[in-house]
Amino acid sequence: MKLRNFETKRKMKKEFTITVYTENHVGLLTRIAIIFSRRKINLESVNVGPSEVEGISRFTMVINEAEEVVQKVARQIEKQVEVLKVFFNTDEEIVWQEMAMYKVPTKVIAEQVKVERLLRQYGANTVVIRNDYTVFETTGHKEEIDALAEALQPWGLIEFVRSARIAIIKASEGMHNAVLEFEAAEPSEPAAENEFLDKRDGVFTM
Amino acid sequence: MEKAAPAQPAQQEAVTLTGGQVLLEAFIQEGVSTIFGYPGGAIMPIYDALYDYNDKLEHILVRHEQGAIHAAQGFARVSGRTGIVFATSGPGATNLVTGLADAMIDSTPLVCITGQVFAHLLGTDAFQETDVINITMPVTKWNYQVTDAEEIPAIIAKAFYIAASGRPGPVLIDITKNAQLQKMQFSGYKKCTFIRSYRPKPVVRPEYIEEAARLINAAERPFIVYGQGVLLGKAEEEFKAFIEKSGIPTAWTILGMSAIPTDHPLGVGMVGMHGNYGPNKLTNECDVLIAIGMRFDDRVTGRLDMYATQAKIIHLDIDPAEIDKNVKADVPVWGDCKETLPLLTALVDKKLHGAWHRKFTDCAKQEQEKVIQNELHPTDEVLTMGEVIRNLNELTGGKAIVVTDVGQHQMVACRYAEYGHTRSNITSGGLGTMGFALPAAIGSAYGDPTRTTVAIIGDGGIQMTIQELGTIMQFKPNVKIMILNNCFLGMVRQWQQLFHEKRYSFVNIQSPDFVMVAKGYGIPGNSVSQREDLRDAMKTMLDHDGSYLLEVMVGKENNVFPMVPQGKSVSDIVLSREEI
Repeated sequence: MKLRNFETKRKMKKEFTITVYTENHVGLLTRIAIIFSRRKINLESVNVGPSEVEGISRFTMVINEAEEVVQKVARQIEKQVEVLKVFFNTDEEIVWQEMAMYKVPTKVIAEQVKVERLLRQYGANTVVIRNDYTVFETTGHKEEIDALAEALQPWGLIEFVRSARIAIIKASEGMHNAVLEFEAAEPSEPAAENEFLDKRDGVFTM
Repeated sequence: MEKAAPAQPAQQEAVTLTGGQVLLEAFIQEGVSTIFGYPGGAIMPIYDALYDYNDKLEHILVRHEQGAIHAAQGFARVSGRTGIVFATSGPGATNLVTGLADAMIDSTPLVCITGQVFAHLLGTDAFQETDVINITMPVTKWNYQVTDAEEIPAIIAKAFYIAASGRPGPVLIDITKNAQLQKMQFSGYKKCTFIRSYRPKPVVRPEYIEEAARLINAAERPFIVYGQGVLLGKAEEEFKAFIEKSGIPTAWTILGMSAIPTDHPLGVGMVGMHGNYGPNKLTNECDVLIAIGMRFDDRVTGRLDMYATQAKIIHLDIDPAEIDKNVKADVPVWGDCKETLPLLTALVDKKLHGAWHRKFTDCAKQEQEKVIQNELHPTDEVLTMGEVIRNLNELTGGKAIVVTDVGQHQMVACRYAEYGHTRSNITSGGLGTMGFALPAAIGSAYGDPTRTTVAIIGDGGIQMTIQELGTIMQFKPNVKIMILNNCFLGMVRQWQQLFHEKRYSFVNIQSPDFVMVAKGYGIPGNSVSQREDLRDAMKTMLDHDGSYLLEVMVGKENNVFPMVPQGKSVSDIVLSREEI
């Protein structure tokens, strides 16, 4: 008997960025988080904040999973009553940034040219300068931030904090128009309804 | 049996009501007639309001909140309406969790109202305070905490809309005590018909219907497997029209059972771990599998990588997350089957599949010889569960509602019950909650008092919610309770026999004298263990005007076959112990 042959490519773990638009209501973060924890999927980074539309929040979550798992998780998220839309994308399909802040002794920067050059090389901006410490920030990809942090370590990196990832999907048109459609009193007929059936493996919408 | 909701009142003059009263007014507008509940400190203002609504709302006081929610489930399953539950805060609310999980996985529409401590006490570990919203988040379709009475009308409207629309499910609304007491201006209730982030039903795409029809018309060995979706969509007529035109052999899942009469000429039986031989085996021989309102549960599919791999799969479902979840569909037909089925029927050719259908009949013959004959017509003295069901069929003419608990008796009842009427098979499918049957049967009796409700329960399951005999005693719903007592936790014992070398670890459960217990609750009863007494005892039970408990002592170590052993393919279904 022939075994059902799942495409091996879809079974390999990869970094995926999941974007979710939800109503700005209490409890949504938990509802979405438990969909991941239930499957023992670790959320590598989570960013939640207001979106470009008032009253609607935008989540950006990064996980490391196989595509078929991500697709199923995306559908389960979209099933939630107060979730408007879910997208999942690989790194190639998004433009993303992560931010970090570095607290370095001011003495080191004042005295060591190497450090100054390092900071300039990474395009670090100064946030705060004090007698004893200076705080810098950089924006970029994880690898770049990791590299700078590692480079600063021997010079005395006092404290280091990084933000979650935020991402813009290359192929998307933003939410504004979609939300206007959603707000129509009658469920509208446009493609938003059944897009998923065309692009079942990619962008998902309900 | 629909109770007409009163016509929406025109915007009325604002009247001052408490939050609790507004809640009840909203319920009446939503057509609620029956509430199953248990009072407590945090829900007292609602109960105080309820005191004046005696003529409009019927409240059944159960003995445990779990009884309330299972009763509401039974009510919902039988009537197609939304079940309503009241519980207090803390332990009252946590006692609902099992029922919520059950309703969630079996898509039953429920609206549960739990009381909560005063809003200013939230998070202070107050008396009987629990974080109900977060505890029930994974097991509710939606939940919300109301802290201000003004929110109540809109939230209740939203709750009812969400519970019953799309793929139904349980909704929990946690109302803090101050909101229940707070006075507000109530100027009329408006039902919810739209939530911008929620799409319960899509607009159906005709190209997928056409593709499905194309596949079906070209199929030589098509096979239909349907589930509860047909019942939830109230699409029994549309479904019947579809199968009769297409002439395709049709099997049901445990929760779909009774949508078509069990003796329908195109019905070939039940799929699943303890389903019928033909439907399981021939799943792996069909060329087109049409799945309607079913979710490819693991009990149905067995080993997924060996499930219908040779077939093209058409999946009709209202929940897009179910499509491709377990089994990849070649043609996904996303929609409400009440809409999609007639569109499909119009495009399929009128046909018969005689030769293919005969394969099912041949399998049925084998199953009859090897399994069914002995189960329904045993030749030795020991009573079988199957013969009890056979007698029940004969005595009720297939008209009764059968509510089963969980275990061997459940499998036997689902295999052998005969139904001529829809919404007749009430059982805990996805969660398999023992203790479900007794309270659900109470709910069923309220959900449809015109039909006879018979509960079939094992000696293990009855002891889990036996306190609900008190509800029967007080409110006198008509429930026929049959306990099939094999002095074991039968299903677990069967697995221990087959897979753990008969190491019966803690399955020999002792029971009280059930007839005496029932007598203590004012419920007449009897116990039989001999074949010659069985039928008359059952007749007495059915003819009795009111609830009745009948214990039948059945074979202690009988096993349920056929079986698809766990982790095996549906093709590996075995008809007896020797074949494992």
